[in-house]
Amino acid sequence: MHISTNPWVWIAAFLTLAIYSFLYKDNPFYKFAEHLFMGLAIGYGAVILWYTSIIPRLWDPLAHGTSPMRFFLFIPIFIGLLTLGIFSKKFTWVIKYPLAIYIGASAGLSVPVTLEAYIFKQVEGTILTRAMVNNWFLGISNAIMFVGVLTTLVYFFFSKEHEGFLGKSARIGIIFIMVAFGASFGYTVMARISLLIGRMQFLLHDWLGIIK
Amino acid sequence: MNFWKRLIRIDRRWIFLLVWIAVTIPLLKPIGLPVNVTPPAKNLYNFVDKQKPADKAVLLIFDFDPSTMPELLPMGVAIMRHCFAKKIPIILYGGLYAPGAGMVEMALREVKSDFPDIKYGRDYVFLGYVPGISLVILSIGESIKGTFRNDYYGNSLDTLPLISKVDNYDGIGVAIDLSGSSLPQLWASYAYQRYGCRIGVGTTAVSAAQYYPWLQTGQFVGMLGGLKGAAEYEKLINMNKIPTGRMAATIGMDAQSIVHLLIVVFIILGNIGYFVIRKAERKG
Repeated sequence: MHISTNPWVWIAAFLTLAIYSFLYKDNPFYKFAEHLFMGLAIGYGAVILWYTSIIPRLWDPLAHGTSPMRFFLFIPIFIGLLTLGIFSKKFTWVIKYPLAIYIGASAGLSVPVTLEAYIFKQVEGTILTRAMVNNWFLGISNAIMFVGVLTTLVYFFFSKEHEGFLGKSARIGIIFIMVAFGASFGYTVMARISLLIGRMQFLLHDWLGIIK
Repeated sequence: MNFWKRLIRIDRRWIFLLVWIAVTIPLLKPIGLPVNVTPPAKNLYNFVDKQKPADKAVLLIFDFDPSTMPELLPMGVAIMRHCFAKKIPIILYGGLYAPGAGMVEMALREVKSDFPDIKYGRDYVFLGYVPGISLVILSIGESIKGTFRNDYYGNSLDTLPLISKVDNYDGIGVAIDLSGSSLPQLWASYAYQRYGCRIGVGTTAVSAAQYYPWLQTGQFVGMLGGLKGAAEYEKLINMNKIPTGRMAATIGMDAQSIVHLLIVVFIILGNIGYFVIRKAERKG
């Protein structure tokens, strides 16, 4: 047993136990740790943004730069400042301009690649895979996947009553959806337990030094 | 009947206590349950491995914060060990959100002392945070120097030999995104679809299920899913005689398996209780 002599490890251990104390019931230690975390996270984010963005990309070029191009920086500064219009009833409308630019640029950038990655590639993967003919096991897997995709899509087709063939297909679609939920739930359990394992390793290894 | 009713209404704190015991005992007394390497992990390992003969770098992106550290940090550590041991140039990137840089520092602290001949600037580079998210991914495709200007420590990128060799995705063999969010999809959408940079992913178990379609369509070259994925990569580097240090993910896998068994028992008991009580209520 080698108990840590690092005060920061002790602080981290105390905060870990304070957070876990909520599992018994709500208490002041939990509240303290929760508020401390919120404040630190926001403060950390603000400082990082200040020193990695505002200072090197805005302040330094304007205050110490020599390039005449630096004056173009006033354009994004002005557009960014328009978002502060939300704090004034009289000038709330000006926020529409930065939002329009942001949404327009984001949509323009993302639509082509999203269509390719989320739609075309997925459709291609559903219909035409070489494995479908090369390997019987993967072939059967792909056939199941093919049925799963079609029946799930049928389940989400709401323009016609789910009766007869359509109804039976939708029922099969529900089974596939339930299997997907089951897989997600299993993985979620694994993830949550991993977090507990991580903290327990910290307490038993880094703090108390009981385990290697 | 009363037993089942009491069981169904059990105070949840007893469940927490049992889970805590099931986690703690295997950590104190390891069982050494085997970890099987799955094809997605093996594919990722092989893809990293073949960057050395191709003379390309690995871009390792730490898109996570302390909330997902137990799952993702061991992946980062294992991949760094792999690259350092095989002398594969590696660009460590603190990620599209600010807290990732701290995670890179933690991983470096753990790994660096085992590889004294690895030199900063020549073998690896550490890039910090710049705002922009998808714009950053696109901008790296044009120029790393233009996107970051300085490394995390404030050195100009012009002074780092690795960056003079690798200034965009052309010099990067694979970009591996370690993230518990949907950011790997963003990397696949922009870096792969637009620039052809191959993407690998290390993700939390919560997100793993949603990435299998991306693996199946070849948009990800490989995947590490949750603590199990990290343990698989640790096993792979261990099998290849690479110094592993403390294998945090592998150590945690015993506890993971025991708790899974416990939860399976809970689910079975809960379902039996539900049907027994329902049957009794129907009888009147």
